[in-house]
Amino acid sequence: MEARKRLSAVAVGGAMLLAVAACGGGGTGTSSTPGATQPPAAGGSDKAFVWALSAEPKALDGAYVSDGESLRVIRQMFEGLVGTKPGSTEVVPALATKWESTDGTNWTFTLKQGVKFHDGTDFNAEAACWNFERWYNFKGAQQNPAVSYYWYTVFGGYAKNEDASLAPSSYKGCKAEGTDKITISLAAPSASFIAALSLPSFSMVSPAAIQKSGDAVEMKGDAPEFTGKFATEAPVGTGPYKFVSWQRGDRVTLQAFDGYHGEKAKIKDLIFRAISDAPARRQALESGEIDGFDQVEPADVDTLKGAGFQVQERSALNVGYIGFNQKMAPLDNPKIRQAIAYAINREALVQAKYPAGSRVATQFMPPELTGYNEGVTTYGYDVNKAKQLIAESGVANPTIELWYPTGVTRPYMPDPKANFEAFKADLEAAGFKVTVKSARWTPEYLDAVDNGKAMVYMIGWNADFADADNFVGTFFQQFNKRFGFENKEIFDKLNAAEQETDAAKRTTLYQEANKLIMDFLPGLPYVHNKSFVGLGKDVQGFLTDPLSNENFSLVSRG
Amino acid sequence: MLRFIVRRLLVLVPVLLGLSIALFAWVRALPGSPAQALLGERATQAQIEMINRQMGLDQPLYEQYLRFLGKVVRLDFGTSVQTSQPVIDEMIRRFPATFELGVTALLIAVVVGVPLGYFAARRNGTWLDSATITGSLIGITIPVFFLAYMLKYVFAVKLGWFPNTGRQEARMLDVEHPTGFYVLDGLVTGNMAAFWDAILHLVLPAIALATIPLAIIARITRAAVLDVLNEDYVRTAESKGLTSGVVTRRHVLRNALLPVTTVIGLQFGLLMSGAILTETVFAFPGVGKFVADAIPTRDYPSLQGFILVIATLFVLINLVVDVAYGLIDPRVRVR
Repeated sequence: MEARKRLSAVAVGGAMLLAVAACGGGGTGTSSTPGATQPPAAGGSDKAFVWALSAEPKALDGAYVSDGESLRVIRQMFEGLVGTKPGSTEVVPALATKWESTDGTNWTFTLKQGVKFHDGTDFNAEAACWNFERWYNFKGAQQNPAVSYYWYTVFGGYAKNEDASLAPSSYKGCKAEGTDKITISLAAPSASFIAALSLPSFSMVSPAAIQKSGDAVEMKGDAPEFTGKFATEAPVGTGPYKFVSWQRGDRVTLQAFDGYHGEKAKIKDLIFRAISDAPARRQALESGEIDGFDQVEPADVDTLKGAGFQVQERSALNVGYIGFNQKMAPLDNPKIRQAIAYAINREALVQAKYPAGSRVATQFMPPELTGYNEGVTTYGYDVNKAKQLIAESGVANPTIELWYPTGVTRPYMPDPKANFEAFKADLEAAGFKVTVKSARWTPEYLDAVDNGKAMVYMIGWNADFADADNFVGTFFQQFNKRFGFENKEIFDKLNAAEQETDAAKRTTLYQEANKLIMDFLPGLPYVHNKSFVGLGKDVQGFLTDPLSNENFSLVSRG
Repeated sequence: MLRFIVRRLLVLVPVLLGLSIALFAWVRALPGSPAQALLGERATQAQIEMINRQMGLDQPLYEQYLRFLGKVVRLDFGTSVQTSQPVIDEMIRRFPATFELGVTALLIAVVVGVPLGYFAARRNGTWLDSATITGSLIGITIPVFFLAYMLKYVFAVKLGWFPNTGRQEARMLDVEHPTGFYVLDGLVTGNMAAFWDAILHLVLPAIALATIPLAIIARITRAAVLDVLNEDYVRTAESKGLTSGVVTRRHVLRNALLPVTTVIGLQFGLLMSGAILTETVFAFPGVGKFVADAIPTRDYPSLQGFILVIATLFVLINLVVDVAYGLIDPRVRVR
């Protein structure tokens, strides 16, 4: 380990520092020079852009991470075959200029020509297929869900699954045709995988760089350890920024890549620094040490705006919902489910407890995604209707167990207990008897929900990629213990939609599915919330992205 | 003396063994598992079980403990869940930051605390004395977290005199860190801008961290000097016509500083707990911040490793203080 070699340097340094300190300690005086904290660099667009992350990246190889902060840095250095239009969820060409399929099973991608990796090697059909084969052939600790989470989520298992719990892979192979065409074959038709490929986890890496630096992962007892140097010391992609250094605990430094095939980055030096404390991030922005950070606390929005800083809203792709387990009576009774839906005042809750701009959800996916249906049954707040439905249901004095998690906040659920109290009051007003159930988020709460032990429960979802399949497909395409129902009509509709390659037909199928789902009412979606990005006064060109896929190469200074 | 040291070192073995068991049990009693911390609501039961299997978390606790102990004696603390790097590497990487901060804080505490205590005692009963007593009481009772936050708010955010996060200005490019001690690195590489910047980054966190030790040192010094001033040998020295400077140096301070030395050693433990809070407020990437971040991320290996090493250091430093005490004070010298 490089750090071990540094042990002796550290020891020597420590001794020397003590010696310096012993010689009077004059360096600790409290005198200060106003303005001394200003960086020596020149102003204007030459001034480095500093972004505060909430945590250090884990690794800089997209295939090995699923956490947002790692992916945010990776996004600047790497590109996939497809991307998303900045600031939207629309899937657009990236390293592939177009893609087509006649059967949904074999997908042919035409690749952009003249693209170079940061190490000077060519990106071509051979390199693209090499990347897919690399993921498919992951072994040992590389197959751990904490490592190759997104490959497993999108493509199922690996060439040789090493754990019985892993599913068979839906990936069949990749064939290069010439230098600019590849064909990816799947086991079954899928159209959702195109959107999934826009995830930074499916970024194209330089085969030569991997071979040179290594990409080994070892399971050392407690956690995966990235022993190969590619992910930690020498990441090489095709993106607008290239890697310079990663001083752990301090910063990751990137620099604009002169040989970039697209529009070159406007700011030369890009620096990521981890500041885990939320108030500290805000103060660092206020003092000008950083140029931006994500997840501004809703309470700070007005303060920052008042001081002249920019605050951008992001329509986060998420949904908060109340789930119903139909294996448990009386939730198997549709009138009871409808009564719950009418009893709950979602508008009041969203207005009182969520940041301004958050929206009441009418279905299980946000309106930004294609397949959203304006015409679903909406169940507006109506206590009398709820009481009437209870009476019609034939269930006398319906009792429900309402679950909420402790020890957690999620973007769609900033204060679970406050939501719970509002729901409970609403339900009781409509005539339900509510039994309180609460548990720690992990492991007890998620355990109970996932294993069908919770009757009515609060939960939600943050999108991985911008596709209806990532929402309704994940929840309702097959039997799910959380919801405890079999509904062939919904399952079939979602299967057809996932496999449909004609975009217009696919949209219609998802719209129909959303209508079916909201009539059947397996749960009650109640919120799509917003999040906020704080930016320095002179930052220009920053486009917040629903998937936090912000592209820093577009940013400049005014 | 050697037998004394060896005996004390041997006592360390059962102490650390006990500590390791307590730590192991405590960390496992924390709610949540690393598997779920890694995957959040996306974790399926099968994935959690697979991760637990690969991490060995499905085995009996005593087996997990024995495996942990077997590695610890080889200085292998496992891999950090937060960073996927060896815990020992993380320690080595973060130790210089905390060491720099701790030394600066202790220096402030001694350089300010000892004279303050001394003059308070000399001017016993005056306004200076009352102010010192009151001030030190406030210093001891004020929460470090609150003080750090206020210092930062006033001097970094509002006045802009000092930087408010990290160890080095993020926009300072081309800075080399051969030793990891940023102040020293500035000197070694001849980069005076980086040297000065590193010092500026130390000031506020070091003041926050120094308050409690400073208050304690001032109080102990005051009490000790008051005691000594009433001793016969001081009166004798004064009456035989020695200058007050000589009396102060040779008779008062030399004797009064004995208890102060012990107290300084004991401040180490306080500094560590203070560092966790101070480093969090100032996003100062040291050992304390790493430990603080390890709790929400269920970073078992790092928590165990760091606390074990800190505890060992604490015990060793106390040993050094005891030995030094013996050397300074002939009355307690062990033969």
